[in-house]
Amino acid sequence: MESYLKQFEAFSANGGGSPPWLAERRRAAMDRFARVGFPTSKDEEWRFTPVGPIAQTEFTPAPPATVTREALAPFLFGHAEWPLLVFVNGRFSTGLSNIPPLPGGAVVGSLADAIARNPALEAHLGRHAPVETSAFAALNTAFLREGAFVHVPARVDLGAPVHVVFVTTADAEGTVAYPRNLFMVEREARASVVESYVTLAPGAAYFTNAVTEVVSGENAWTEHTRLQRESESAYHVGLTHVEQQRDSHYRSFTLAMGGAIARHNLHVRLNAPGIETLMYGLYLTRGQQLVDNHTAIYHDHPNCNSWEVYKGVLDGRSRAVFNGKVFVKPEAQKTDAKQTNRNLILSDGARVDTKPQLEIFADDVRCTHGATIGRLDEVAVFYARSRGIPAAEARRLLTYAFAAEVVSEVALEPVRAELDRLVLERLGSLA
Amino acid sequence: MLEIRDLRASAGDTEILKGITLTVNAGEVHAVMGPNGAGKSTLAQVIAGHPSYEVTGGSVTYMGRDLLDMEPEERAQAGVFLAFQYPVEIAGVSNAYFLRAAYNEIRKANGQEELDPIDFLDVLEEKLKLVEWGPEIMSRAVNSGFSGGEKKRNEILQMAVLEPRLAILDETDSGLDIDALRIVAGGVNKLRHPERATIVVTHYQRLLNYIVPDRVHVLAGGRIVRSGGKELALELEARGYEWVEDAAGVA
Repeated sequence: MESYLKQFEAFSANGGGSPPWLAERRRAAMDRFARVGFPTSKDEEWRFTPVGPIAQTEFTPAPPATVTREALAPFLFGHAEWPLLVFVNGRFSTGLSNIPPLPGGAVVGSLADAIARNPALEAHLGRHAPVETSAFAALNTAFLREGAFVHVPARVDLGAPVHVVFVTTADAEGTVAYPRNLFMVEREARASVVESYVTLAPGAAYFTNAVTEVVSGENAWTEHTRLQRESESAYHVGLTHVEQQRDSHYRSFTLAMGGAIARHNLHVRLNAPGIETLMYGLYLTRGQQLVDNHTAIYHDHPNCNSWEVYKGVLDGRSRAVFNGKVFVKPEAQKTDAKQTNRNLILSDGARVDTKPQLEIFADDVRCTHGATIGRLDEVAVFYARSRGIPAAEARRLLTYAFAAEVVSEVALEPVRAELDRLVLERLGSLA
Repeated sequence: MLEIRDLRASAGDTEILKGITLTVNAGEVHAVMGPNGAGKSTLAQVIAGHPSYEVTGGSVTYMGRDLLDMEPEERAQAGVFLAFQYPVEIAGVSNAYFLRAAYNEIRKANGQEELDPIDFLDVLEEKLKLVEWGPEIMSRAVNSGFSGGEKKRNEILQMAVLEPRLAILDETDSGLDIDALRIVAGGVNKLRHPERATIVVTHYQRLLNYIVPDRVHVLAGGRIVRSGGKELALELEARGYEWVEDAAGVA
């Protein structure tokens, strides 16, 4: 704790102090974190995910580093003309980024830049992420400085997806970075953003504490893809908070395959009627990894639909945690909410803790949930083998099929193709 | 082509096949009939190498090789094909991908070049006609959400594409309406060839009106209790299975 307080004072003195409204939010967040500290296993929200290794390590601020285009290339996909924002150890890299001319006054760039230039950020930045209930979000907000900023004005279709890449280098061993993103998709606008967390040092132990705020305006269409591919020795805690307005469509896809301990919270608040929310997730774990997904959807208004499917494939002695909350307020009649969590266990040592949590206070709703934990269907394995497909390949094919069901829900073809490739590559190592 | 001698097999502690002896030559169609629980499906699955059954005795020789010593995929690569009684649904894998993967594995194992998706389409096109299907079926997930008839037709399509030497149809006719039955039987008949053999496992004589067998065997209580020509099927239809069961002393 003391080291964070010291780092905060240094940070505040060194550019972390302006503009005043932001300095105030940071200070309030730091105070909050200082009061509550890191969660413990007594905290219901963290019951299955011990954060001791994070709390007990004195992470220092991540150092600047240089990354070549060649080193970054394996993590890029899609088209060269896509807007690309690259952050190296949390710092924006102008050289590696690509910001082409954008339609209709849309802005894609560094958050630090936007803070300096755009007073409108005050209304959103740090307003949505729940600093009061999440110690990690508070810590992120205290050190909030840099990340991606995407602003799509009303009725503008961004066209190409934005790829935001946070890359960590070997110099980041023992350090922490606080990526902070703000995506504003205004009324009747359309945008697709891919958020990637990758590393050049697959064995490095570092800590990424990321927060993303998404504001989706009336009748806006937003696709948000999150690829967590950290080092398998790293710690990753991320929170995505989404605010949706009337008739908007927000679809999320999260892939989690990195991290020694990785947690992602996805909170979606439905602020008006007529909203549609799709949440798809896939986690692929192996070795000693622990991957935790917590989702919460707040049905505060009538006539909204939410559809959630999270799937996991676990190998080795890895663990996965899934908690899916659905809150339906008394006035949220005609809510249609479906939640599914399915887990495929490939080894004896793997373990899943899954918990659907539905709190429904309206009576005219359709809310369903289901969770399964199972093994590969041996009859299906035999079926494939009886067609000439070797046993190992049959298992890989069926495991891939299990995962592919959610990947196929990603709307953008190049993103879907990349996810497909990542899943196949990871499963190739199972045999 | 296939020589089964005194084959015994169990599932768990229960012995199901109690000494089956059967020879099938190239070019022949054999029908294996019998009441429910006789061991017909077990026989089919043991030939294909289903891991749920343990072979406890006897031998199976296929094209001069010890079939029981081969993995299920090796059997398939050597030309053995089982049309499942209950084809398995595989969500997330397209029919086209699955069938091409199987096709290429078999080609690879036989020292032939693998086909890319475009060339494979040509192979498919012709085989789809055999089961009176359009190409749309290939982009659907394997058997996923298929009707019972569609699943059986898909088995025949797979058989047509993989061109086995020895095809075993396990109750492919059960649950089929007359149109589906005609299509399935038509597909099988078009694949009849002097170098191929077929074993048709069925409970009902109806299918044998369409696929005329060279030999008919009646299985009861895990043994073949009677063998004969195609007229045996008609006799069974008229007199019922009790007739052979009684004659063989099966309770």
